[in-house]
Amino acid sequence: MKRIRVIPILLLAQSGMVKTERFAKPRYLGDPINAVKIFNEKRADELVLLDIEATAKGRIEFDWISDIVSEAFMPIGYGGGVASVEQAAELFKRGVEKIVVNTAAAENPNLISQIAARYGNQAVVASIDVKMNFWKKSRVYTRNGRKEAAADPVTLARACRDAGAGEIILTSIDREGTFGGYDTALLETVASAVDIPVVANGGAGAVDDFKRAVTEGKCSAVAASSMFVFAKKDEGMLISYPSEQELQDKFWSRIPRSGAGI
Amino acid sequence: MITIIEYGLGNLGSIRNMLVRSGIKCTVSGDPDVIQSASRLILPGVGHFKFAMDTLHERGLVTVIQQRVREARVPLLGICLGGQLIGRYSEEGDVAGLDLVPMDVVAFDRARLTLGEKVPHMGWTVTPHADIPLFASVQQPARYYYVHSFHFRCDDAHDEIAWAEHGYRFASGVRHGNVIGVQFHPEKSHVYGQQLLRNFAAMEFGA
Repeated sequence: MKRIRVIPILLLAQSGMVKTERFAKPRYLGDPINAVKIFNEKRADELVLLDIEATAKGRIEFDWISDIVSEAFMPIGYGGGVASVEQAAELFKRGVEKIVVNTAAAENPNLISQIAARYGNQAVVASIDVKMNFWKKSRVYTRNGRKEAAADPVTLARACRDAGAGEIILTSIDREGTFGGYDTALLETVASAVDIPVVANGGAGAVDDFKRAVTEGKCSAVAASSMFVFAKKDEGMLISYPSEQELQDKFWSRIPRSGAGI
Repeated sequence: MITIIEYGLGNLGSIRNMLVRSGIKCTVSGDPDVIQSASRLILPGVGHFKFAMDTLHERGLVTVIQQRVREARVPLLGICLGGQLIGRYSEEGDVAGLDLVPMDVVAFDRARLTLGEKVPHMGWTVTPHADIPLFASVQQPARYYYVHSFHFRCDDAHDEIAWAEHGYRFASGVRHGNVIGVQFHPEKSHVYGQQLLRNFAAMEFGA
């Protein structure tokens, strides 16, 4: 049985933690440090912090990130507003392992190459947000889902891989925060097109969805956000993370040995 | 007191965070004089083997590390790339290492990754280990976080102290006298890695 990474993604905004639905309606959830402490206690595999205001504000909250990561004894990815290799260096120094680039992935692929050349491919994660446009075509959106990019998801994923990204977080904006399950067709299209790990994101509502992201979506890891911070859709906040036993019984043991490139 | 060797290629923040949280005194330094007087060393490292060795040479750290470890028998723990650097040679960059442990560092043999395993090996892997003080009181089954494309290959199986499987079984921990190397990241491996680091800080190293 192979362990497959299960990654909570925490969204930062308004000097706290928020949660969105389809990248809109941010709901304030309080201090992210409390959430990080709980994920640490529950021995989460990895955490990703995304500051969804940083690009618009043109600023990275380095000290705040330091405070948050000092509570996390697991690998940490940070994304939001990273536009230079110097900013990446500062984040690594403060205890971040992976830099997540989203807007910069589409607008400045050189940044991926520069970070990868200095810190290795494993240190750069390309985050690709996808939404169906008016003509039912899957399109990439940057700037927190606001700006349509020129490339389609597969083309951008390949470009990020060629530039040196070590993995890709692929998010369906249409599913994000809905608890309706991942867009496995989208996942499969991208995961089959690149030879680096693709992390499924957007729509997970239950551990069963993780399994489908791997068996049908061909992903190497799974991420979720709402599922880990709310009891259920439209219910109160509850930080949770599945137990080792639940992941074994409902997820890892159901993946065929040769089913996934992990 | 543990001295974490700074040479521009480590996740020093993470290692220091974990040591501080574990109540272990530590200092971070890239100054050969400070390293010269250290009583216990951690060699971190993330990135390319050749680039790391070039940097250690440029900063005048190769000789001081070798001398302290070989002559003064100072215990050293190498983590991830730091664990590889203590070897004799690496295929990554085709260069010599610090030569403190009789092993080479080799690329994953892709021909043996028959179930579609990807390189780098990235994620949490259950890691059985030898019954030695470094792993005392570590919760079982112990798992650690790995990210690597190359792995250790020891001359002598007696130097192997931990193992992981990714397509095939490989040594992910080595010990040769007062030198220890681990391929995984104890500083990012929850209570498992925390216990290992506590053990390293406290354990006795006989000749």
